[in-house]
Amino acid sequence: MKERLVFEIGKKGKVGVSLPRCDVPEEEPERLIPEQHLRKDLPLPELSEPEIVRHFTRLSQLNCGVDTGLYPLGSCTMKYNPKVNEEIASLAGLTRLHPYQPEELCQGALRLMYELGEYLAQIGGMDAVTLQPAAGAHGELTGMLIIRAYFLSKAQKRHQVIIPDSAHGTNPASAALCGYQAIEVKSDERGCVDVVELNKLVDEDVAAIMLTNPNTLGLFEENILEIADIVHRAGGLLYCDGANLNALLGVARPGDMGFDLLHFNLHKTFSTPHGGGGPGSGPLGVKRTLAPFLPVPLVVKQGKRYLLDYNCPLSIGKVRSFYGNFGVLIKAYAYLLSLGPEGLRQVAENAVLNANYLVKRLKDHYHLPYDRICKHEFVLSGARQKKRGIRALDIAKRLIDCGFHPPTIYFPLIVNEALMIEPTETESRQTLDRFAEALIKIAQEDAETLKSAPHHTSVGRLDEVAAARKPNLRWKE
Amino acid sequence: MHYIPNTDEDRREMLQAIGLASMDELFSDIPPQVRVKAALKLPAALSELELLEHARQLGAENANIDDYVCFRGAGAYDHFIPSVVRQIVSRAEFYTSYTPYQAEISQGTLQAIYEYQTLICQLTGMDVSNASMYDGASALAEAVLMSCRITGRDRLLLSQTLHPEYRQVVRTYLQGMSVETLEIPYTSGLTDLDWLRKELDDRAAAVVVQHPNFFGLLEEMNEISQIAHRVGALFVVSVDPISLGILQPPGAYGADIAVGEGQALGNEICFGGPYLGFFATREQFVRNMPGRLVGATTDSEGRRGFVLTLQTREQHIRRAKATSNICSNESLNALAAAVYLTTLGKEGLRKVALLCLRKAHYAWREIAKLNGFPPLFSGTFFKEFSVNCPTSPQKINQVLLKQRIIGGLGLKKFYPEHQNGLLVCVTEKRTKEQIDEFVEVLSETGEQQ
Ligand SMILES: Cc1ncc(COP(=O)(O)O)c(C=O)c1O
Repeated sequence: MKERLVFEIGKKGKVGVSLPRCDVPEEEPERLIPEQHLRKDLPLPELSEPEIVRHFTRLSQLNCGVDTGLYPLGSCTMKYNPKVNEEIASLAGLTRLHPYQPEELCQGALRLMYELGEYLAQIGGMDAVTLQPAAGAHGELTGMLIIRAYFLSKAQKRHQVIIPDSAHGTNPASAALCGYQAIEVKSDERGCVDVVELNKLVDEDVAAIMLTNPNTLGLFEENILEIADIVHRAGGLLYCDGANLNALLGVARPGDMGFDLLHFNLHKTFSTPHGGGGPGSGPLGVKRTLAPFLPVPLVVKQGKRYLLDYNCPLSIGKVRSFYGNFGVLIKAYAYLLSLGPEGLRQVAENAVLNANYLVKRLKDHYHLPYDRICKHEFVLSGARQKKRGIRALDIAKRLIDCGFHPPTIYFPLIVNEALMIEPTETESRQTLDRFAEALIKIAQEDAETLKSAPHHTSVGRLDEVAAARKPNLRWKE
Repeated sequence: MHYIPNTDEDRREMLQAIGLASMDELFSDIPPQVRVKAALKLPAALSELELLEHARQLGAENANIDDYVCFRGAGAYDHFIPSVVRQIVSRAEFYTSYTPYQAEISQGTLQAIYEYQTLICQLTGMDVSNASMYDGASALAEAVLMSCRITGRDRLLLSQTLHPEYRQVVRTYLQGMSVETLEIPYTSGLTDLDWLRKELDDRAAAVVVQHPNFFGLLEEMNEISQIAHRVGALFVVSVDPISLGILQPPGAYGADIAVGEGQALGNEICFGGPYLGFFATREQFVRNMPGRLVGATTDSEGRRGFVLTLQTREQHIRRAKATSNICSNESLNALAAAVYLTTLGKEGLRKVALLCLRKAHYAWREIAKLNGFPPLFSGTFFKEFSVNCPTSPQKINQVLLKQRIIGGLGLKKFYPEHQNGLLVCVTEKRTKEQIDEFVEVLSETGEQQ
């Protein structure tokens, strides 16, 4: 199946919408606006409503989502997105709100934000939370700016942020965006930060260490207390990339491990859908000493009233307009209320159980570089298969033939031919067994079959080199 | 927990298979002193029925703009959204997927983004568009950073008629950079071109202007473009996409980077988010762009397909040297924008823009007839305009609220020099009857003075 572009479907004279008649005087635009401001031509497509619906419905059928099958994309926590959350996030009382309407007319929305902030603070062991960042990387940026502002307030100039070699690319990118030099610290043979190396790197020029815990290998940073001690003793701060918080819900809190800042990914841990690449939401929690630097406004409670507080003289300012991805916040809030404290812990337990069960089923068939209890995800290496000329990419593509979305591949960078698998707690043992069987079968398959996969999709492997060499980024007549 | 499929029996057997005796052993790698001992202080679980009821109650504590008539804009707009848009973005194949890393099973998202990119180019008259940024304000901040990268210069000129929150976001994004920002003052509600001519020199990376500006007025874009380019600065603009139904596109007046808030393109107003920032530029700058890009290519059998491309700009490859730290963007909102632009189409978008234009001018004229509400500025406007009230806008808005009308935005929130200024927005959704009632209530408040 293939679908033409909207631009190839349309035809002059078709209309897709019915709009109200003009009930005020129909003045010619030239009388209201000087001619040089008016456009001559608007080259948009022309289609009727049924054609539009069919086009986008057919496009949707060329996609896979969590609702259509297992989506074990490591580091992304592709868990089930509860339907009631979608329903709540479409209630007029919660969505038909103007961001600048008076506070007394949006008490329900402010209460939701206030309570969500409190819940997240409780879950992460933080003292104050901003809901403003629009995604994880945006939370990182906010956190780095807060760290910078904190040291400025103490009249200290620090230039470095330490980041493990296993970290996600957004970590060094966010640090650099705030003017910091990203310094890489190596991982040890157990997949954790090499503490001896770290000791050598930490000095008065280090503003912070940015850690993901559990890290991107799916492993808990066992020496976290020692790391915290090393960094804190040098006056630095600990930033936690909370992308992997699903493993710790109700079990352990970054704030209790010495982290001073933590961003949450509502689109991972807290079940809000990923939307084909967003919208997400990346609230940031901080310890009390850093709270004065949070972006404005903060949602505060005075007696029974909720208010937007802009009176924060040390605040870094704003990282986006208005207050955050409110529609996403609604869904995370609904999720937390449907879980309760026990449900929250069950999420972590089952996510970790599912991952370890898959490790057990797969480790005789693929190289497992770090063989120990993992958390919510684990990383296999396609090193054995590579000897036969088979790449992680081939394994991933062959999984598509078996009805599964591939795992994350070639990340983290420190594992050769990485296959990063995160099943989440919303998959059943039966599904995990089928997935394991598919991977086991693939491990034995011949190179020919794997190299030509996938075999049943609307397109085969696409020429990415050509795409980058001669970019075609838009349709042209 | 009904979101967790494993049964107790499954769990027992799985633990056994792993070789562990209890769930607790799964967490044996976490130091005991940092393990949570007591249950977290969170509310007890609600059933689905209770949760829905609770959410409805929260909703009832808000005034929603289906029940109130909204004349407020200032960056978030109550435009009509055709049902098609909601139905399409509610398809789970779209909303439960993620970034299309695996192209063969993500052609739906990829093709939709390619179409979105094309539609944004058609709308703005620019050469290339990315797949979206977080919102209009952060898109502008990224545009400004990009202009510094391209020119190698470290000074920016931002017009004070830019949305004040956008200026604040730009300043926040620049905190870690050694870049100097100057604000261009305004006269009669418009960017002061004399000041600009005088102060602008070849240290400037970009001149940044919003059009229509925060007060609703049309800026002299051709003129500003020439002034900026004369010293080799880039011209960075933030535009209202609905206005482009009738207004000259940024490509026509020489903009180098065009960004804007895409909420008005089929996205719910939703208390400020999720929205999307659109981001378009000239072909020659494409490798300096932030964010994801989708390109067309072919498979081994020559079939057309779409992939994420030019990824060497991005954080997952370039890390600290990436053009931006953005990873997840606002893909579903961009899909909504694509469906909206397709549905409105050539005629529809022009019609919506004309309705906004005519209704806003009708309201403006009726208000001008009143005693005591003179226009604050005399310039040309599109769907928003500013008036001066005889008393504080806060008081006037309170009277309006009694009639279930959310009046304009009091300008003093951002511009203390306009204590009694009121920024009024009229979209295509406002009927003549609603406008007449709004004006009627205004006249009553005026008379009370
Ligand atoms: C470990 C880690 N950190 C940061 C990010 C960036 O998060 P976002 O895409 O929400 O900006 C990701 C995203 O996949 C991640 O896996």
